[in-house]
Amino acid sequence: MANVADAAQGQDVQVVPRPGLRGLLAQTEIDLRLFGMLAALAIILVGFNLISGGTFLRPVNMVTLGVQAAGIAIISTGMVLVIVSRNIDLSVGSLVGIVAMVYAELMANWLTSLGIGIDFPFRWAIALAIGIAVGAGFGALQGFIIAYIGVPSFIVTLGGLLSIRGLVWYLSNGAAVTGLDPTFQLFGGGAQGSIGGTLTWAVGLVGSLAVVGLLFNNRRRRRQYGFPLRPMWAEVTLAVAGSGAILGLSAFANANYWPQGLADQYAAAHGLPAGIQISTGFPDPLMILLGVTLLVTWLGTRRRFGRYVYAYGGNPDAAALAGINTRLTILKTYVLMGVLCAISAAIAVARLNAATLDVGQSYELYVIAAAVVGGTSFAGGIGTIPGAVLGAFVMQSLAYGLAYIGVDSPGQNVAAGVVLILAVGLDSWNRRRGTRTPR
Amino acid sequence: MTTTAPEPGAAMGTSSAPVVEMRNVRVSFGGVRAVDDVTIDLRPGEVVGLVGGNGAGKSTLMKVLSGAQGPDSGEIRVNGQPASISNPRDAKRLGIETIYQTLALADNLDAPGNLFLGRELTTPIGQINDAAMEDQTRKVMGRLNPHFKAFRKPVVSLSGGQRQAVAIARAIYFNARIIIMDEPTAALGPGETAQVRNLIKQLKNEGIGIFLVSHDIHDVFDLSERISVMYHGRLVGTVNKDDVTTDEILGMIILGKPPTKLTEKDIAELKG
Repeated sequence: MANVADAAQGQDVQVVPRPGLRGLLAQTEIDLRLFGMLAALAIILVGFNLISGGTFLRPVNMVTLGVQAAGIAIISTGMVLVIVSRNIDLSVGSLVGIVAMVYAELMANWLTSLGIGIDFPFRWAIALAIGIAVGAGFGALQGFIIAYIGVPSFIVTLGGLLSIRGLVWYLSNGAAVTGLDPTFQLFGGGAQGSIGGTLTWAVGLVGSLAVVGLLFNNRRRRRQYGFPLRPMWAEVTLAVAGSGAILGLSAFANANYWPQGLADQYAAAHGLPAGIQISTGFPDPLMILLGVTLLVTWLGTRRRFGRYVYAYGGNPDAAALAGINTRLTILKTYVLMGVLCAISAAIAVARLNAATLDVGQSYELYVIAAAVVGGTSFAGGIGTIPGAVLGAFVMQSLAYGLAYIGVDSPGQNVAAGVVLILAVGLDSWNRRRGTRTPR
Repeated sequence: MTTTAPEPGAAMGTSSAPVVEMRNVRVSFGGVRAVDDVTIDLRPGEVVGLVGGNGAGKSTLMKVLSGAQGPDSGEIRVNGQPASISNPRDAKRLGIETIYQTLALADNLDAPGNLFLGRELTTPIGQINDAAMEDQTRKVMGRLNPHFKAFRKPVVSLSGGQRQAVAIARAIYFNARIIIMDEPTAALGPGETAQVRNLIKQLKNEGIGIFLVSHDIHDVFDLSERISVMYHGRLVGTVNKDDVTTDEILGMIILGKPPTKLTEKDIAELKG
């Protein structure tokens, strides 16, 4: 990246290559850290596959792993922005818990008593909207206390962690609440809560075209201004690798099938021959995660809000002196957290088909770990949203893989903790060597 | 010898109306009067040096003008109109730009990100237009520092002079009419200092008014038309540069006495 910037300005300026793999990677302008995380994820997955004798990397395992990671990854996208702006949110687990309980109470009791019976159209959407509003409300309250009253975020959200979890108990009188709307249950994934084979191919096709389109558009814009361009081989490699990965994932997800019993029932009901295989394709939670990741990345990198979050993290005084409304910016990051927690809660409730008292318990730890493993720095100003999502997948792959090969839960925790420290330690070491380009 | 300029705009020299007048400005922190009833002004195309010892109140006074610090009382007029400046946005809207001593750069953002911080160029649908900002930054930096090429590196990796150039580019890009420079050469080498001096002269010729806050008496003498001296929060006086000697300015800075009240003994003491 350094050589790109140093290259002389002009039409179609090419980069003087540095030798070696690092030089080649630099020319593609891929974030080295992101590349390293992808490699780590691949090593973990392949490693467990070898240990398990080749059974780990089956589609059914990977789809389950993806669904489990989604709930954490969704919140970690927002946690990046919170940590980048030099704050923390310890309340996310309790926020997931309270919104989960609100969803369940709404669908089991409250909506009916408001005259919105079980046959009411879009009952699930009404519950979802109210839950998201509740999450946003709690987020706004905490954000207001942090940004406008000036209580440290650690304290405010620690208080939130304790008191909001207490509220969950009062909402439910200490008992689990069941009786969800059938449509709402689809948020949890599973055979019916997946988008199916055809849609999965459509998503894969649109995704791979989008990769090519974005690369093309970026190149066209840079040429228009006469900025240095990536070498053509790098563009082609990125396009092929990007769209190939997306189509490959689509094919992989489509190799996961409905349980045969369920497929036979469906076949009988729709006049299809018995014994057919029905592809699940991408599960709904992963599609939600995809949407959230794109949206929050867009907010973080293409909107003023995100620019101000990063500027504040880099230098709070500079942001204020530049005339940025820093308080409102901080408040907004917590509102976003509330919304993301509500989305994650929908997945959690749908998977359980109930809201228990401990939904979301310890989420804050996994979410913070995902963001930090993904390269977010507590010093502020540094961190990427795709990095945090990858971080969530790294942590979840590790936990799932260890469980798969028979390591018990305490052993998984030991491994997760060690990996967290290792990841951050490696990062600090790398940064001191000065080879890492921030952001 | 003329000493103080009691009425803003009444002082000698140019006849044009002041672009900025700050009247009877007071700022207190707790019981400390950081700025105590200070009145100064600035005309278009003029450099006014603002000098004083540590804690004399020069930076605080300038923060009032740049919107970073609210005054307890006092009046600010821009182009003769009363102006309300309660935050940096207000100041920028009035064409008042500031180059802070700390430079006030977000280290993790690149040069275009810093130049347009708070005033990002956007596409019609409100997306940040990085390419357009880089394009504009290349143009303005081409004027200031033609060798500058690191447009996409975080400014933390730039040299002191390059960082200074980014901070200056930010002040001049938005057609400022008034620029406040707080110790603009304090962190620079000789070559870069000369560049900044040339830039100040160039900006002056373009009709921009400049408040130059500095410890360096020689800088101030070289570049300013008038010099305002502060001492313990008060304005000792505003003098025409041509009417005073450096010794007299030193007397104002160190003893807080206007040149008329300066005795032979004081000057002897100053020369120590």
